[in-house]
Formats: sequence, C-alpha cells, structure tokens
Amino acid sequence: MTDVLLSVEGLTVHRGARRILDDVSFSLGRGETLALVGESGAGKSTIAAALMGLLAGQARVEGTAAFDEAPDLLSLPEKAWNRLRGRRLAMIFQDAGAALNPCYTVGSQLTTVLRRQLSLGRAEARARAIALLESVGLNDAAARMSAYPHQLSGGMQQRVMVAIALACDPDLLFADEPTSALDVTIQAQIVRLILDQTKQKGASCIFVLHDLALASQSCDRIVVLYAGQVMEAGPSETVLRDPRHPYTRLLKSCVIEIGTSELDPPPGSVPGYDDLPAGCRFASRCPRALPRCRTDKPRLEEVAGRSLACWNPEEAA
Amino acid sequence: MMDAAPPAVVPTRRPRTRRSLFLRRPFFTLALIVALGFVLCAAFAPLIAPYNPTLQSIEAMMVPPGGEHVLGTDSYGQDILSRIIYGARYALVIAFFAILIGATGGLVLGTAAGLTTGKVEWVLMRLIDSILALPSLILAIAVIAILGQGVDKVVIAVGISMIGPFSRTVRADVLQVSSQLFVEAAGLMSISRLTVIRRHILPNIAFPLAVQITVRVSEAILVSSSLSFLGIGVTPPTPDWGLMIAEGRGFVSFAPWMSGMPGMALALLLIALAIVGDGIREEFDPKMRGGQ
Amino acid sequence: MTRPAEGHDPQPLFELIEVEKVYMVRRPGSVFSTAKVGLPALDGVRLKIRKGASVAIVGESGSGKSTLLRVLLGLTRPTEGRALYQGRPIDEVRAEGREFARQVAMVYQDARGSLNPRMTIGALIAEPLRHFAICPETDLPARVKALLARVGLPAEVADRYPSALSGGQVRRVAIARALASEPTVLVADEAVSGLDVSTQAQLLNLLRRLQREMALTLVFITHDLGVASYLCEDIAIMYLGRIVETGPTNAVLNAPAHPYARALRRAAPEFFAPITEPLPGEIPSPLDLPPGCRFSGRCDRVQPDCHLSDPALLRFGGPAANRAAACFYPLTESPTAPQKRDIHA
Repeated sequence: MTDVLLSVEGLTVHRGARRILDDVSFSLGRGETLALVGESGAGKSTIAAALMGLLAGQARVEGTAAFDEAPDLLSLPEKAWNRLRGRRLAMIFQDAGAALNPCYTVGSQLTTVLRRQLSLGRAEARARAIALLESVGLNDAAARMSAYPHQLSGGMQQRVMVAIALACDPDLLFADEPTSALDVTIQAQIVRLILDQTKQKGASCIFVLHDLALASQSCDRIVVLYAGQVMEAGPSETVLRDPRHPYTRLLKSCVIEIGTSELDPPPGSVPGYDDLPAGCRFASRCPRALPRCRTDKPRLEEVAGRSLACWNPEEAA
Repeated sequence: MMDAAPPAVVPTRRPRTRRSLFLRRPFFTLALIVALGFVLCAAFAPLIAPYNPTLQSIEAMMVPPGGEHVLGTDSYGQDILSRIIYGARYALVIAFFAILIGATGGLVLGTAAGLTTGKVEWVLMRLIDSILALPSLILAIAVIAILGQGVDKVVIAVGISMIGPFSRTVRADVLQVSSQLFVEAAGLMSISRLTVIRRHILPNIAFPLAVQITVRVSEAILVSSSLSFLGIGVTPPTPDWGLMIAEGRGFVSFAPWMSGMPGMALALLLIALAIVGDGIREEFDPKMRGGQ
Repeated sequence: MTRPAEGHDPQPLFELIEVEKVYMVRRPGSVFSTAKVGLPALDGVRLKIRKGASVAIVGESGSGKSTLLRVLLGLTRPTEGRALYQGRPIDEVRAEGREFARQVAMVYQDARGSLNPRMTIGALIAEPLRHFAICPETDLPARVKALLARVGLPAEVADRYPSALSGGQVRRVAIARALASEPTVLVADEAVSGLDVSTQAQLLNLLRRLQREMALTLVFITHDLGVASYLCEDIAIMYLGRIVETGPTNAVLNAPAHPYARALRRAAPEFFAPITEPLPGEIPSPLDLPPGCRFSGRCDRVQPDCHLSDPALLRFGGPAANRAAACFYPLTESPTAPQKRDIHA
C-alpha cells in the first residue's frame, strides 16, 4: 500500500450496553478494493454506516478514521459530513428499489445530485446524467431519464444506484451487499460494473459481502469479521489461499462451490451480543480454543503477510 | 439414526429481562387504576354510595359541592356522587353487552365476508357497507325509534350500531391472515377448510379483535350516554350520566356542578379506557411478541 | 432422474408431459382497460422424476420454477398438457384424500411464514402427526421430540413459539414438520437461501443425510448451482418457462450444452478465478417474449434460425448420458463450432 486513503484505528461502536464493534482496525490504499466479510451480526454494515457518519445519535462511536487529508472522520461535525457524503464518500445499498425514491424519475434524482453537489446548470446536469447512465450500461439512456424506479428491473435499478453514487467522482465507494437481491447472471454484471467504474475513476471501494468466493474474485484486500471483532485481515490472495485464523478457515470450508462433495460446518450459530465471551468472541465455537482465548482478547499481529488476532492460529496449509 | 447430528446449541436468544409493564408505562398504570376504580364503583355501588341515588329531598335542592353532599345535589335534591357511582354501573353494563352484540355480530359477518368469494361476498359486503353508511349514533336512534326506550333497548341499539365497524376490521384481518403462507401450508396438508379456519385463522384474529374491543368500549359508552342525553335512551329517574348532563343543562349558569360532575366522570372514564387500550395494543402486538 | 422421452423406464413418480400454464393478467400500463393478456409461466415442460431421485430445479426470476412447483404439488392445474403422479393426474389424486398430502411434503422458502405464529413448535409438529394419524395420541410428545432430534434441535424447543427461534432453527422446524407425515417426496423451495454460510452448510448436510436415510425423493428449487450440485444427482435448468437443459448434475455443470446453462455456470462465484464476462442484457418479460428461442436475445452463439423457431428439449449423447438440451447449436455436439473447454471440473 503506497498511498493510504483510509486508515481506521480502534473503531468501537456501542449501542446501549452492547459493544457491536470491538476495536476494529484496517486500512485501504487509493484505488484498492476491500471486502468486509462475515456472517450476519458480524458488524460489516455497521462499519460502513460508521464511516459514512450515519450512526450519529443512535450509537456511541469511538476510535479514529483518517481519510485522505482529514485526520479523523469520526469526530467531524455534521456540516462537514454533508460536504463529504455524496462528493467524496458514496454508498450503494443492497436494495436499490428501496433506496431510490419512488416518487421521482430516475433523471430527476440523478440531476438533483449533480446540481446540488457540483452546482451544475440544468442543461449541463441533464447532459452529464445521460452520460452517466450510458456509462453504467443503460441503453437508451435519454429515454430512461423519465422512467420511475418501479418501471426498471432490479438490475437496472442497481445500475442507476451506481450512476448516482459515482456522479461526483467519489474517492471511496461503499457497496453494501450490492448484488445479493439480484439474479445470478445480473449479479455478475453489477459486480463487473462497479469494479470497472471504480478502476476507471481511480476510486477505492469497500464491499460488504457474505460470499467469500466473490470476495476473492473481486477484492484486493479482505477483512474477516466475527461478532464485531476483526479475526484476520490482509491481501485476499494470502488470507483466502492459506487462512490462519480458525474462523476464516471455517468460513471458507462452508462455501459451496460447484463440485463440492463434503461440507464440515461447525455446530451452532453466531451468538447474540448478550452472551459473548470476554476474550476472543469466536472462542465459544472455535475448534482450537485454549482456556486463555475466553478471557484474554488477542491483538491483531502481523503474521505471514496478514494481520491475525488469534492465540492459537492454524499452521500453514 | 435419530441422533446422527449433535443437537445444535440453541438457546442463543436469551429472553430479554424487562422491567415490569407498570413501571415502564406510568400513564398506562394510572389509567388502568382509574378504569378499575370505575369498575369497582359499579360493582359495589350499594356499599359505596352515601345516599340512595333516587332519593329526592326538598330540603337539599341544588346544594353546591362540599359538606354533606360531596359533589352537590341536583334540582330534585338527589345526591350527585351517588348518582355518578350508580351511573357507572349503567354505563359499563350497557357498554359490555352492547360490545358483546357488536363483536359477536362483527365476528360472524366479518369472517363470513372474508372467507367467501363472488356473490355471497358481494351481498355481505353491501350489508356491512349499509350498516357503516350511518354513523353509530344515528343508527342507534333509528333502532330506538323502532324498539322504544329502556336499558335493554339501548343495549340492542348500541350493539347493532357497532356491528358494522367490527365486521369491517374483522374482515380485513381475516383477509390478511388467510393470505399467509401457513394457511396455504395447512391446505397443502389437506386439512379441512373448517379446521383451518378454527385452528389457524381465528386464533390469529382474536388479538386484533381484543384490541378493537378496548377501543370500542368507550365509543359504546359515549353513544349510550348520547342517547340518554337526547332523552331517548334510559328513562328518568335512572341514574345515567347522559341523562344527568341533560337534566343539568337548564341550570348550567347557576348550578354548573349538576352537568359538570357527570360530564367529568364520563370524560375521565373515556380517557382512561383510551390509554389502557393503546397500552395493551402497543405492549402485546403479536408481531413483536417473543416466545417462552 | 429426469428422463425426457424414455420408454422402458418403470413408471416415474412424477411425470409432466408438455405442461403449459398461462396466467391471465391485466396488460401492464393500462390503467382503465380491463383487457387481460395471457402470461405464459410454463411452456412445453417435460420432466420425469423417478422414485428416490434428487432433482434440482434451477432458474432465475421469471423462469417458472415456482409455477412448476405448484403444478407438482397439485395447487395449480396446468392449462395444457398433463401432470401425473404415479400415472394419474395430480389434481385428481390430491382431491381424492389425504394420501397424496401425506406422501408429498413441502418446505417453504419463507419458513417462518409457513408456521402459525400462535402455535408452539411442539403443537406445530404434532399437527401433521395427528392429522395423518401417524401415531397414537399418547406417543405424540415422544414423536415430536424424536423429530426435533432428527433435525438437530433440542427437545425444549417444543415449548417455544417460532418468533423465539433464529432463521436457521425455524428452517429446521419446517423440515421436521414436513418429515412428520413420513413422506416419500420432499419438495423444498429455496430451503437454504438467505442464511449464513455455516447455517446453510449445516442444513445442506441435514437434507442430504435425511434424503439418504429415508430414501426420500427430493425436488429442490434453487438459484444456487453450488447447492444444486451438492444435494442433487439430477438438474433441470429453466429459462422463461421452459426447461432448457436436463441431465446428471455433474455432467451438466462440467460440460453444459445449452449456452444459458454455461452462462449460469460461469456466473457462479469461484475462488480466485477472474470474474468472467457476464451474460449481456436482461431477462425479457414473459409478456413480451422474443420470437424463436427465448434465449436468442442474450445468446453469444445465436444463428439466424434461432429467431425463427423454438428448439425442443432433445436427448443427446446416447441413453447412458441421459442428457437433453433445448438448443439448435448445443455446446457439446457442435461440429461446426468447436467449443473451448474453459470450464475447470
């Protein structure tokens, strides 16, 4: 990583008495793609929400997040957020149909963003909007401008979301499960589109994913989360080819590919936030847990080319 | 082969330890106490009331509140407090039986309309619509005009006027429940239609119906009091709040307690019932109900 | 197994012959007009399901897999063609009594919605036991407990309501309930989708074990080829109301014959493989089908005659291969266009 764009240190989020993110640290270079992976309740979406400043008033956020020249995103006042969000930070949601306002046409939603964020004139904004829709692969873009979201298919809606998110050339794009509501063949189109578009504009991208195979295909770096803690993080090749954390290995062993003949999932499921062990949160399900795992929290350390938080890591494969 | 898989670790969701309902909702608790107070007054009226509610006294006509008559007396010298306590009896009994008629009628009509299709549904819906077309009070007046006056007639009149609103909501609930997957699943198991209705549909509309009842009790009380106020409900000297308010009307300028006291009792009961109904609905919404 | 057009087979459990299902819908976009147009959800579907087979029905939205399921369950009567269960029309068999309902059990995608929220898990599982008179009343609690154990749930779950259970647990309850009637056929609609990977893996292992132990015929509807290959010997791939390819799952996925099957195969995420060129375009609306082959608009091997007529599902590769595809230019048997073997087995 030569040019660091985002560096998150000790991000901790409390919601009531629950610590839903516990000391999360990772960093991301300019132009890189990063995958946040983990099961439900791992805190993937909370990280994205915290970094977009969407948690204000709902949760207590601690830690720092240095973004480009801003020393800490997390301590910014609301006004400064409004300058950043949409311009420098953008987000694509899982359910594009719900994220688009059903009362306005695609064109008016797109031009509103352009006129407001970039202070473009009416005609200028329209021309730019049509160009954007074309760039995300909407054929007959000029005619689509007057379509309402419900007149578009799920894949088309997600394309429009990508166009809106990329309208102001952001430095960092969050994509929260952008394809899980779509059909398989459309999924591939959208992932390709997001990757191509961010690469073309030199933007970085953080994907929130639950599919490890997709993460290995689409992202340079990966952060594996469990119940709000980082288990393992690093280049996705290194981490996924030779996982050292028992949880990463387990997660990988549960992925069904075509031709998988045996699966060996661990018993149980992700525990609720009320009954987590004090140490490593995975200790209660870990096949390699030691007595100290339940009491002492392992710190992230550099091991074999990745960061690893484990007292009893797996051997090299 | 029964135990090939180790039983999964299940109890991950702990029942949330919650503070008692009464501590969390002070207004609800207060309203519940008030409403229960009215019910107790109604039940033990002869023991609580200081005077006979229909005992007239020439010496004590229009005595202001305070002293021997806590809430004063009316133009016949009858004790207002005693009349209010006995009036609670009439109000609650009339409301109870009227709601019973309304809810039963509504349940039958609404369930039938919700489960039928085609012509039968059309006929039932037009029947419900025609009941709904008239406001409850107007419909009750119409029924009274046919039946005549008296407590039992008021019960029937108010009850009939409630059937429309009840059937409308019951039908909506039946439609909503019967479109749920578990009803289709029961059909797939070739469980008979009647059993599906009894076992799967009715239990799921019972709760919304109970909520409707708490909301409509106040409406029933209001309509029955209105009938008496208009002089076509119960007959004097029955201690009925509506009647008492009507009797005090002429003396409002110099003896405001005659209408004011029963009016306040009526308002207090209606507000208390409304808060209790809202609280129950918010607290026991089936969609938020956990297990155990 | 799915054997389109085979004579010497013993009678299959389910047989669909040229099944067509058209729903009448209001023409979209017309506000005042009540004119109805036909929406073909299924068109010329032929499928045989042998007793004891495990068949995956795979397709994207609008492929007709849910309608196919309703036809198999006897919830919908086909507009054209015949849908048979042991040689007799399914809707007739269903109307006759409880036996069909007992034999064919269903696990819904929305498992929570398929369980009455006002009944405890114990009561929910006891309902089919009692309804089909599987065991005497006194044995009910023990039977419920055994069924819960079979799907890997502890006995105390019986006293809870569905809302107190997690998504994975609710699916297990739905499976236990389906197994209560001691069925011979289990039909599952996306029974493992939308779950965490470890929970999904647990359920897949459970279903596989149950299918083997109880010799169930399994009809599994899914959009996930990995799940299909893990659970089912045979596969039927659907596109816009037609079956475009059938055959043994491994053979079909290793060397798909229909271009759509290949596109689906390539779209499935795979560790460290570069993301393949996605299939262009959208799935057309069933109200506005392209002429000829329905896939012709998105197919990279399209020829002029593909737009002229709709290819039928035809066998190829001999009886042993047991495969069929609905394509004029299938990938495996095309002498003119030698296919690139770019699929790693």
